[in-house]
Amino acid sequence: MNRFRGFVIKEFFHIWRDPRTLLILVGIPVAQIMIFGFVISNDIKDLHIAVYDQSQDEVSREITNKIISSGYFILDQSIDHPSQIEESFKKGIVREVIVFGQDFGENLERLGVADLQIIADASDANTANLITNYTQAIINDYLKKLNATHQIPLKIETQVRMLFNEEMKGVYMFVPGTMALILMLISTMMTSISIAREKEFGTMEVLLVSPLKPVQIIIGKVAPYVALAFLDAVLILLMGVYVFKMPVLGSSTLLLLTALLYILMALSLGILISTIVKTQQVAMFISLIGLLLPTMLLSGFIFPIENMPLILQWVANILPFKYFIIMIKDIMLKGVGVAYIWKEGLVLLGFTLLFIALSVKKFKLRLE
Amino acid sequence: MKTIIYILQKEFIQVFRDKTMLPMIFFMPIIQLIVLVNAATFEMNSINLVVVDKDLSTSSRQLVNKFKGSEFYHLKESTFSLKDAEDQILHRKADAILHIHKGFEQDLITENNGKIQLLVNAINSTAAGLINAYTTMIISSYNNQVRAEMINMIQARPVKQIKVSTSFWYNPEMNYKTFMLPGILVILVTAIGMILTAINLVREKEMGTIEQINVTPIRKHHFLIGKLLPFWIIAIFELAFGLLIGKVLYQVPFVGSIPLLFLFASIYILVALGIGLLISTLANSQQQVMFIAFFFLIVFILMSGIFTPVESMPYWAQKVNVINPFSYFMKAIRMIMLKGSGFFDVLKEMLSLFVYAFIVLSLAVWRYRKVA
Amino acid sequence: MIQKQNIIIVKNLVKKFGIFVANDHLNFEVREGEIFGFLGANGAGKTTAMRIICGLSLPTSGEIKVAGFDIYKEREKIKRNIGYMSQKFSLYPNLTIRENINFFGGIYGLSRTEIKTRTTNLLEKLQFTHAANKLIREIPLGWMQKLAFSIAILHKPKIAFLDEPTGGVDPITRRQFWEMIYEAAEQGITIFVTTHYMDEAEYCDRVSIMVDGRIEALDSPAKLKEKYAAESMNDVFLKLARIQLHESV
Repeated sequence: MNRFRGFVIKEFFHIWRDPRTLLILVGIPVAQIMIFGFVISNDIKDLHIAVYDQSQDEVSREITNKIISSGYFILDQSIDHPSQIEESFKKGIVREVIVFGQDFGENLERLGVADLQIIADASDANTANLITNYTQAIINDYLKKLNATHQIPLKIETQVRMLFNEEMKGVYMFVPGTMALILMLISTMMTSISIAREKEFGTMEVLLVSPLKPVQIIIGKVAPYVALAFLDAVLILLMGVYVFKMPVLGSSTLLLLTALLYILMALSLGILISTIVKTQQVAMFISLIGLLLPTMLLSGFIFPIENMPLILQWVANILPFKYFIIMIKDIMLKGVGVAYIWKEGLVLLGFTLLFIALSVKKFKLRLE
Repeated sequence: MKTIIYILQKEFIQVFRDKTMLPMIFFMPIIQLIVLVNAATFEMNSINLVVVDKDLSTSSRQLVNKFKGSEFYHLKESTFSLKDAEDQILHRKADAILHIHKGFEQDLITENNGKIQLLVNAINSTAAGLINAYTTMIISSYNNQVRAEMINMIQARPVKQIKVSTSFWYNPEMNYKTFMLPGILVILVTAIGMILTAINLVREKEMGTIEQINVTPIRKHHFLIGKLLPFWIIAIFELAFGLLIGKVLYQVPFVGSIPLLFLFASIYILVALGIGLLISTLANSQQQVMFIAFFFLIVFILMSGIFTPVESMPYWAQKVNVINPFSYFMKAIRMIMLKGSGFFDVLKEMLSLFVYAFIVLSLAVWRYRKVA
Repeated sequence: MIQKQNIIIVKNLVKKFGIFVANDHLNFEVREGEIFGFLGANGAGKTTAMRIICGLSLPTSGEIKVAGFDIYKEREKIKRNIGYMSQKFSLYPNLTIRENINFFGGIYGLSRTEIKTRTTNLLEKLQFTHAANKLIREIPLGWMQKLAFSIAILHKPKIAFLDEPTGGVDPITRRQFWEMIYEAAEQGITIFVTTHYMDEAEYCDRVSIMVDGRIEALDSPAKLKEKYAAESMNDVFLKLARIQLHESV
């Protein structure tokens, strides 16, 4: 046991002594969370639109102003010929063109009905979907105010309450999401590369002939990274709370335990990768390129999993990321306790055990 | 010049000899491409809605039926207790609650004001925004219907209406895959090319073979060109292969000029690999390469405009995007492929990338030291 | 005998790493065509000096000329005239013997036909023809070392720098290796070789002995043995090291 303790301490010193690695391991996650928290969000803001106003009357101008002052849109240009619509789309700046029909204001006043067309550049279908909905909402709002002076019969009034995130902050999604992404990649990369490195340089053999048991060697190599990744997790959570004002409605202990469980899962995946590969290069390819996009896209961090085709929902179910994000969100924002998330916790634990079991099996095969 | 050919030859032999790396380079990205393209959608097609209908009137039933009829909604078992419904949200079984108060119909007819409450799980604000918009739309269309049916009975001034028609150009079916495929492909090709280039030189440093090169009279830029070109060829090939798959499997349209696309891509890939090369002249070990690449890749990807619109980022972040090669190519590849934008539409981006390539490659040549 | 020209001239070479002085005012010349032994214990500063002379690293101060070219301004011209074999025999492990020869010939600017004939000759001489398509990582260390040397002189340089070329190989291979060195010297290639095997010093025309970053002795092996009244070069070295020890105490 003493020997084992000595080994772990040696591995710790190995990392501590290299301030550059330490800086990278702590600095990168902090920088990334800062960048994403401030920069990345799904919220629509300042998108460029063009207006083709064939009517040029008070009402059409009023609606245009209302749309532009919403903050969602910036008026890029006014168009006076239909052919310019295509032109402006091809330049790639304008995302939506609003077309007012002729005599718009007059029709609205006299006939009570006026025509308006929204043309969206749907080459980006996701954004097109969002902006047409937003524009529609603004127009509806205009109508509501216009009609407010009349006595409207049979009005249904919908009161909307946004639960858990009244101000609709995008950050609430992105902090747990980037946390899942960063912890996953950092943990798997660190372990898989550091073990692959020992294999590549032949120093693994030296360790294997030592009286230490293989399991002890692996635990010794991984222990410092558990500590480091946990430090990262705590830093990210602190930033989420103090910089991005995310609440922690649930138990902090439970939150930290969840983070620890996720880190252990990621590290054991790293170990598994390292038992399969022979070189750092391959370890890097699997843990960086292999995990980067799946973690981003199949975790529910940017795109909700429920919207995906059924097959992809199954794929997302057999990947661990989703469960972590659910747990973190539920603890922080819904403030629920173990009763609501124990299933997800068990799944993460299951992944951890599975990865460890596979690694041990792989490792034994290789020794024989 | 002739020396470049020898380096090329050597690099190709090494790439194709490595039987573990080869499938990683060619199959991993293709599989990811095929699978992940399907993931990237905001389209809400299964909103789980719990109805708490305390009114149980004809009107409330009609309204609920409207939701039942919609393909976007999946109605959960209804309950009479708001608390039960909220608990369903806590358990992630529901996304939203439609709460119809007791006396809804009564109020609607006698007081012209029927009240409905909509509670949405807003942790994902984008999804919540869309659920709100869809639901409100259905409710107001029901409202109009009710009004139309009863308008003859009640004499009142008609309500003013704006008839909004929406058309989606370039992609009338709103197929998000045609948009995502080029984007995801660019990410994969870039990540692989950049990392391969960066690791390649650092491996020579780690193994010590770089000394044997440095002691030869080879010119620095010849050596670096020899290191860049093989991965440039691989990247272009991979891009072409990925686009072909997009065409065959997902019927991604190619509206614009394919030669223009590849002209653009060849400059872009120079930038991407040039960054890899620059990283490798700065790093001493593969571990360092990986962390630097990890940092920049994630930042570049998320800021590229592939998943979220660039214009909505803060102003300073849009300025930072000047050094983000993804942001140029992501925009151009979609413009050319999906909208048929021509040479002059993408000229600005192309020139920017050209300058970028020149700067990055010069820096790499300058930073590469034959002498320690 | 015609006085041969000095092909390497080193004056007051100093190399510092922070406060550590790796090379302390080295002064020596190497004559054209000779086998010059650069001796010293591990860490004495041999490799550092050699890397500077090859243009792989810059000196802190000092004047150095190699093949008539200045080390500060004309490094690339020097590189055209030298061959280098590093301690690690840096050949590409995942390339075959033939591919390694081809590659290094190519980047030294040999023509295709030159590469072809020289490859054939080289393989025959080393009796590797049957194994030409074997990967470097599959061949024994002794082979690798002979091949590394042959590749270092493939482009017929004026000077060949060999850094600890015989490290880790058996005595028979070492013997064969020195025969190859003699053969190269006979063709007019100046040999600059570092080693910490003192018996190998006997094979050199002249040797310099470095202790702690300084050159303590420089002459032919015979004269050195005479001067220090020693039986072998090993004794010379031990005596020098002992003097050093006394001085430092």
